[in-house]
Amino acid sequence: MRTESPGPQHEWLDAAAGPVVRPYTLTGGRVRPPVDGFDLVAFVLATPATDAAGLPGLQPEHRRLVELARTPAVLADLAAGLDLAVGVVRVLLGDLIARGLVTVHQPPAAVHLPDDNILKAVVSGLRAL
Amino acid sequence: MDSVRFDRQAAPAPVPLALKILIAGGFGAGKTTLVSALSEVRPLQTEEVLTGAGVGTDDLFGVEGKSTTTVAMDFGRITINEDLQVYLFGTPGQDRFWFLWDELAFGALGAVVLADTRRLADSFPSIDYFEQRGIPFVVGVNCFDGARWFSLAAVRDALDLDPDVPLVLCDARDRQSGKLVLIELVEHVARQRGEPVPVG
Repeated sequence: MRTESPGPQHEWLDAAAGPVVRPYTLTGGRVRPPVDGFDLVAFVLATPATDAAGLPGLQPEHRRLVELARTPAVLADLAAGLDLAVGVVRVLLGDLIARGLVTVHQPPAAVHLPDDNILKAVVSGLRAL
Repeated sequence: MDSVRFDRQAAPAPVPLALKILIAGGFGAGKTTLVSALSEVRPLQTEEVLTGAGVGTDDLFGVEGKSTTTVAMDFGRITINEDLQVYLFGTPGQDRFWFLWDELAFGALGAVVLADTRRLADSFPSIDYFEQRGIPFVVGVNCFDGARWFSLAAVRDALDLDPDVPLVLCDARDRQSGKLVLIELVEHVARQRGEPVPVG
């Protein structure tokens, strides 16, 4: 599929790779959130009555995250909404959790959770599409 | 709104539940097409960042400006009801992105492997991946216009599928066809758990 040699470049860089970016500039170089492993479908919810606008030390992206999470929003949607890489959003969420501005609700692993009723609801919901 | 909630005034908004379903298959098998056909919103993209140092890196301090690259993942959403959503994630198409698959697959309900009869072997890595991790999956044979037609039995044979893995024909462009593949998957998950197969 790849016809041209990538040459002596970075191993990730070729036609299939995305644009070259410097995404972690926003997080001051931090690539690991203080709390590990928010799932792509973990729900993020802003703490009620939070007013991130008045808080010092937050970047605009932090504030937008809080606004987007006024209603429960999943991590993947937040990252798409902010047009930021998921890993970057995880770090920013870690900052917000440390300040008590949001809570993150990890989904239970599917092997534990979707019980019979949930599977039934999914099937009937799909049939209704 | 077909149901009445009784706890509305009692508590803050309940946190819904989101289930992950992976849409896998070889390059060009129709993953993005299927996600688009099924999603209630224009499919979104999310990105993961790849760094040369790999995923063991904890800190890029001092190298914040170092160039890296991203891999995009398509995803879409189906709202089942106000408490339950299904997210469809198209898997990155290349082997070197397996570490992203692990993240996608963690906690997933199951997967759809799309197969193209012109390039059946392209679906082997996906099938192997889900088999090895015990993640329930179904195989959808995407019937492109002009695609060579094989019997399902011949495809099953060629893919060396376990007899209990559902194999269905589908048209990834068609929402009704795609939803039947997802239903097949959820019923397969229920069967694997020994639960009665839900009837819609």
